[in-house]
Amino acid sequence: MALLEIRNLCAGIAGKQILKGINLSINTGEVHAIMGPNGSGKSTLSQVLAGRKTFEVTSGEVIYNGLNLLELEPEERAHEGIFLAFQYPVEIPGVNNTYFLKAAYNEVRKHRGEPEVDAMDFLALVKEKMKLLHIQQDLMNRPLNEGFSGGEKKRNEIFQMAVLDPKLAILDETDSGLDIDALRDVADGVNKLRRPDNAALVITHYQRLLNYIVPDFVHVLLNGCIVKSGGKELALELEEKGYDWLAGQPRV
Amino acid sequence: MSDSDKTIEQFVQSDYKYGFTTDVETDTAPPGLSEDIIRLISRKKNEPEFMLEWRLKAYRHWLTMEEPKWSNVHYPPIDYQSIVYYAAPKSRKPGPKSLADVDPAILEMYRKLGISLQEQERLAGVAVDAIMDSVSVGTTLKGQLAEKGIIFCSFTEAVHEHPELIRKWLGSVVPYTDNYFAALNAAVFSDGSFCYIPKGVRCPVELSTYFRINAINTGQFERTLIVAEEGAYVNYLEGCTAPMRDENQLHAAVVELVALDNAQIKYSTVQNWYPGDKDGKGGIYNFVTKRGKCAGVNSKISWTQVETGSAITWKYPSCILLGDNSIGEFYSVALTNNCQQADTGTKMIHIGKNTRSTIVSKGISAGRGNNSYRGLVKVSKGATNARNFSQCDSLLIGDKCGAHTFPYIEVHNKTATVEHEASTSKVGEDQIFYLNQRGLSTQDAVSMIVNGFSKEVFKQLPMEFAVEAQKLLGVSLEGSVG
Ligand SMILES: Nc1ncnc2c1ncn2[C@@H]1O[C@H](COP(=O)(O)OP(=O)(O)OP(=O)(O)O)[C@@H](O)[C@H]1O
Ligand SMILES: [Mg+2]
Repeated sequence: MALLEIRNLCAGIAGKQILKGINLSINTGEVHAIMGPNGSGKSTLSQVLAGRKTFEVTSGEVIYNGLNLLELEPEERAHEGIFLAFQYPVEIPGVNNTYFLKAAYNEVRKHRGEPEVDAMDFLALVKEKMKLLHIQQDLMNRPLNEGFSGGEKKRNEIFQMAVLDPKLAILDETDSGLDIDALRDVADGVNKLRRPDNAALVITHYQRLLNYIVPDFVHVLLNGCIVKSGGKELALELEEKGYDWLAGQPRV
Repeated sequence: MSDSDKTIEQFVQSDYKYGFTTDVETDTAPPGLSEDIIRLISRKKNEPEFMLEWRLKAYRHWLTMEEPKWSNVHYPPIDYQSIVYYAAPKSRKPGPKSLADVDPAILEMYRKLGISLQEQERLAGVAVDAIMDSVSVGTTLKGQLAEKGIIFCSFTEAVHEHPELIRKWLGSVVPYTDNYFAALNAAVFSDGSFCYIPKGVRCPVELSTYFRINAINTGQFERTLIVAEEGAYVNYLEGCTAPMRDENQLHAAVVELVALDNAQIKYSTVQNWYPGDKDGKGGIYNFVTKRGKCAGVNSKISWTQVETGSAITWKYPSCILLGDNSIGEFYSVALTNNCQQADTGTKMIHIGKNTRSTIVSKGISAGRGNNSYRGLVKVSKGATNARNFSQCDSLLIGDKCGAHTFPYIEVHNKTATVEHEASTSKVGEDQIFYLNQRGLSTQDAVSMIVNGFSKEVFKQLPMEFAVEAQKLLGVSLEGSVG
């Protein structure tokens, strides 16, 4: 059974239609990449999956792990193991990064009926994941994303992902703005978290990332529709030819 | 004629100096204010003559004053003649017999704040016979303090035991002529706290009114006086995070602090009086005058306040920086939800040379709450090299609330540096969504954002107090986001 099954999903904002009938099926153990030009609806898709209410779902359905995803509140989706690494992570002034992450971690545990972890145990976990992602201690002691550089914010997103250990990770252009070392660290992190019982949806503009995180499938999102799907070679083809040649393609 | 009418009648007709003496059978004065009522209060408290004189002068002055109208708060006129200004403790309205008689909304709040049942009973004013922990803690504490020569007692006790100190310092920072509410307080104040730290003594514990059971019901006109002699240090905590059961609508307290050479006073308040219901009915009006005088060189006074309660808050803890090199600080978080109104801020009056002041004000408005910051920084002619830094931040939750900033800056010395920074931000939908996405409920998300916003102020509070204050902000904001 698919972990995520999107059927004919249409969504928009303020009367403007952005997603125009998305179909996508992701099984556990798989990594899917979505590529597509600016404004094609990639972030919209990821935020609709995460439950952002500013977007209105006009039709279609999404089954996640046997649940009707669209009926769940954003935090419930998070409890069920959906994680979105934001394209533009927001700053939350004054809220300590570690404190925040501990609260988030314990919310998920509570939902699973597991006891909350105390500060000591949590710090041990954090230390381990920090090593994995080469995160500086300094970032952990600072307020959440406040004054972080673009790359630091992205790194912090993946760090949170590593700690929260989601079932379905959605990475919205996590590679944009990363230097080469950071890109490798982030990709390493994602690869180490890859397991047969989880899955990832990776949104990117650059084939380069897919050299590190090798996808099982690549989809092209164009003007709110997935117009082409293929294996990892599709990314190379896109890199070479751009998106124009796909403009007239029928929907998949 | 009813009994109470008769009493009033007698009272109005009485014309001898100490009027209203044996004529009155009751231990509760009739409503209303007059010289005779003030004489009654003073006599009931067995006060020395100088206290009565002082009260009467205050009252006479009050009569010449008008209630201030300049603040940005709105309330129906207060009828000062309908207030009862004296009720002896034993004849105080009987409290609830058990927690079952207490307003469930208040109990729910206690539960959320994690307050023990025993403590709940005390706060709700349930009559309890058993000696409670806090009393014994209080007694142990007293012994410890006495060893160092520290005086920490009720105001009434201080008037009897240490009249020379009261005479010397009472009204030395907030004279009865200061303002309308301060004059009223001086005339009729019922009780409060007195704290004296002798020369060179560092108070070993944080002094808290919380330990002083008799400080809880001192009523609506409370008075606090803290004196730190040369080189003394004290950290004083007022209030507690649980809402107080209280039938008085008007509260007009006065707090005076005096720091002599090299002395330091840190005064922290968490105020959580009943704010009224969702429509603003029934809340407390809190009109407080708090002022500290850095009288000596190198002295320091630091105010920290977390204001979440009351329907109306009118409060400007201030510092008079008289001694050279003295330092004044003001850290404030004021939260208004539903129909609450707060007009709060500070005054920093630089008089001595090289005086420094810091103001950090965080205003949070939710619901239809209205929050105003009003601050005065005044640098007098002689205050060479005075420095001030002010930062006033407002956070809005929703779009029906308001935030206003009224900074007043008066500089009469060219060498002074005065900096003012202000910002207004909204709790963003994107911020809430971000935290939601990580598994936090909207309620927790808002609470986290608000606590982050208030962090600089919370850092000033003692650890446990800060933790409680954080929880309190969360609880006070409940229902503010749909
Ligand atoms: N809040 C919004 N209000 C109005 N229009 C919006 C909003 N959010 C997205 N859109 C519009 O929806 C379309 C898709 O935006 P989306 O952010 O999903 O694109 P994207 O594929 O992620 O682009 P990029 O590669 O630049 O990140 C764009 O035309 C965008 O302007
Ligand atoms: Mg995008």
